[in-house]
Amino acid sequence: MNTPATTPAKAGAPFDYLLPSLGADMDVGKIIEWRVDLGDTVHRGDVVAVVETEKSDIDIEIWHDAVVDEFLVPIGEEIEVDTPIARMRHLDGDTAPEPTIPEPTITEPTTPSAPAPVGQRSSRPETPPTLPAVRREGVRVSASPLARRLAAERGLDLADVRGSGPAGAIVEADILSIGASPGNLAPTTERRRGLGTMRSLIADRMARSNREIPHYHLARDVDLAALDSWLTTRNADRPIAKRILPAALYIRAVALAAARHPELNGYWVDGDFEPGTAVNVAMAISLRKGGLVTPHVSAADERSVDDIMSTLTELVAGARSGALRSSWMTGATITITNLGDTGADLVHGVISPPQVALVGFGRVSQRPWVVDGVLEVRPILTTTLAADHRATDGTVGSRFLTTLATLLENPETL
Amino acid sequence: MSAAGEGDIRSMTYREAMHEALHEALANDDRVFIMGEDVADYGGTYAVTKGLYEEFGRDRVRNTPLSESGFVGAGIGAALGGLRPIVEIMTVNFSLLALDQLVNTAATFLHMSGGQFNVPLVVRMTTGAGRQLAAQHSHSLEGWFAHVPGLKVIAPATAEDARWMLPTALADPNPVIIFEHSGLYNDRGPVDPDTGPVDLDHAAVRRSGSDLTIVASAGMVPKALAAAEQLDKSAISAEVVDLRSLRPLDIPTLAASLERTNRALVLDEGWRTGGLNAEIAATLTDVCFWSLDAPIARLAGAEVPIPYAKHLEIAAIPQVDDIIAAAANLVRPIG
Repeated sequence: MNTPATTPAKAGAPFDYLLPSLGADMDVGKIIEWRVDLGDTVHRGDVVAVVETEKSDIDIEIWHDAVVDEFLVPIGEEIEVDTPIARMRHLDGDTAPEPTIPEPTITEPTTPSAPAPVGQRSSRPETPPTLPAVRREGVRVSASPLARRLAAERGLDLADVRGSGPAGAIVEADILSIGASPGNLAPTTERRRGLGTMRSLIADRMARSNREIPHYHLARDVDLAALDSWLTTRNADRPIAKRILPAALYIRAVALAAARHPELNGYWVDGDFEPGTAVNVAMAISLRKGGLVTPHVSAADERSVDDIMSTLTELVAGARSGALRSSWMTGATITITNLGDTGADLVHGVISPPQVALVGFGRVSQRPWVVDGVLEVRPILTTTLAADHRATDGTVGSRFLTTLATLLENPETL
Repeated sequence: MSAAGEGDIRSMTYREAMHEALHEALANDDRVFIMGEDVADYGGTYAVTKGLYEEFGRDRVRNTPLSESGFVGAGIGAALGGLRPIVEIMTVNFSLLALDQLVNTAATFLHMSGGQFNVPLVVRMTTGAGRQLAAQHSHSLEGWFAHVPGLKVIAPATAEDARWMLPTALADPNPVIIFEHSGLYNDRGPVDPDTGPVDLDHAAVRRSGSDLTIVASAGMVPKALAAAEQLDKSAISAEVVDLRSLRPLDIPTLAASLERTNRALVLDEGWRTGGLNAEIAATLTDVCFWSLDAPIARLAGAEVPIPYAKHLEIAAIPQVDDIIAAAANLVRPIG
């Protein structure tokens, strides 16, 4: 969340704009460019700055109508999520509430929340000093003596532990929580090199997914003959730039199916399923330099295919040019991966936590297919579902794939 | 009814408890006498000896001139001569006039006489701020005395300790200094008539907790307990340890607590620089280093002469809210 304000703001009231989390795995980022100047008036949705994250450079947006008074962090300095980065003042009539799409923090063990600052007085002891750190393999690790002892007893490398104490120091709770959930292991490479590579981020995230999520996998073949001809007709009189690609239909179909099977649309958080408040369908987009990003099309079940297509075009262009918007990167409730273009027949996907489902699209191939008792050659697509068995059982997944197949085989319903 | 049973646990003020202890001492041992400024007819500046002169007479309850060095020296002489003097110094600020007698004589005599002469002297004095008595009557200098080998320094924080520490101090063959926080005299607490003389060697866990240990003494103890109650509402469980003895320090009890909680906040109403809580923090860091989950925190008085003005006096010494903030910050650091 960008600022703590959720109630109508008083005109002129100052507030701090905080570095937003642009993904469940994002702990730090760097402002690499301000897109506003001091004194500028900004409006809800305006891009304020460009932030470099492990994933890419992302434009971050403001959720208030405000005036920019002060920049609080220098360009290029690595800062933690929720660090105040700019001081602003609310404009008259600014009642914009925070966006409510949560990016649930997942698998982080429950640590005590920040204290309600109780009865602070002037003679409060000075802020805790940075804990002594050791340098090892070029890494600074701050850890309390107790945390060090516990880590040693458990054979843990402190460099692999995420610290929650002052200045990121590792404290007892961080070590103990690893016993309960390995999810508190820090992204190793990130710790070792500051902002790590996208590869390491994917490695951490997917390792966590495989470690924590009991996946089940289902597949369903879909006859795309009707969809092909529907698309051909639809695109016939359109300029190339306006043509609909199958991916847009896949997104639309998945969105409608997810809306009908809401058990697959949302998050697994703290041992419970939390349904998504909208159907935000993310699309894995591979990058030429390697790696991938997963921006989403928000409320895709409520958008037309044309609308989805134009958004998808923006997403792909943004992803490939490294200009992704923060609003695209947070809040996805289900993800699609489409590997058909590169030749795979089907995908056994790995879920992107904290989501509970990933829909895979393989290659469309001409296959023998029985239609009304007659053997025909048809364009067949194998759709797959990887789903979190904690949240749903196979019957739900199977029904979802059936709904998806029915939608794709009846493109006029999309 | 048990043989020693004299009755039920009574609720007494700290002043009443101290008074009763003095009364008992005078009644039980002819060698005991009290001397100090205005302790007789006036009943003591803090009314602790009120009525004792009337009951025991001028030989046993003696007024002295305003000459701390003189009457403390006389007390040392009386102790060496076989009596059991209880010397009252009005406040620790005035005890500075008697430092030579206390540090150079009382504390050294056994050593310098090759073990021939003990000095069974008890010195009582008030300490602490909170009564708008300004900078010459309000300081907390007990840490200075706790620095000196040869002295035993105790600080009762409860009515029970005020009642039962004195007989043990009187039985000690060597000098014992008792610090009575002036803010405690009207505090009421249970006193068990069957307790009898208590040991002076151990700190006491006044409240159990699991998240941090608050180390306190004298006037800081009730504040620490009040803070602990409020911290409970923020789901912070504070253990409160009352030092009782400032010299020697009961490090094993403190360490055992810290081993349970892994965090400590050490309070001191006195000044921070060179304070007794620095000694405690450093020693605990040595002993408990591998069990610490946070640096040992200290909260002490502001480094100013204690002001007369009420609001400034309040601001100059740790208050309940300060303790709460420091404890919360230790357990759940802000930023």
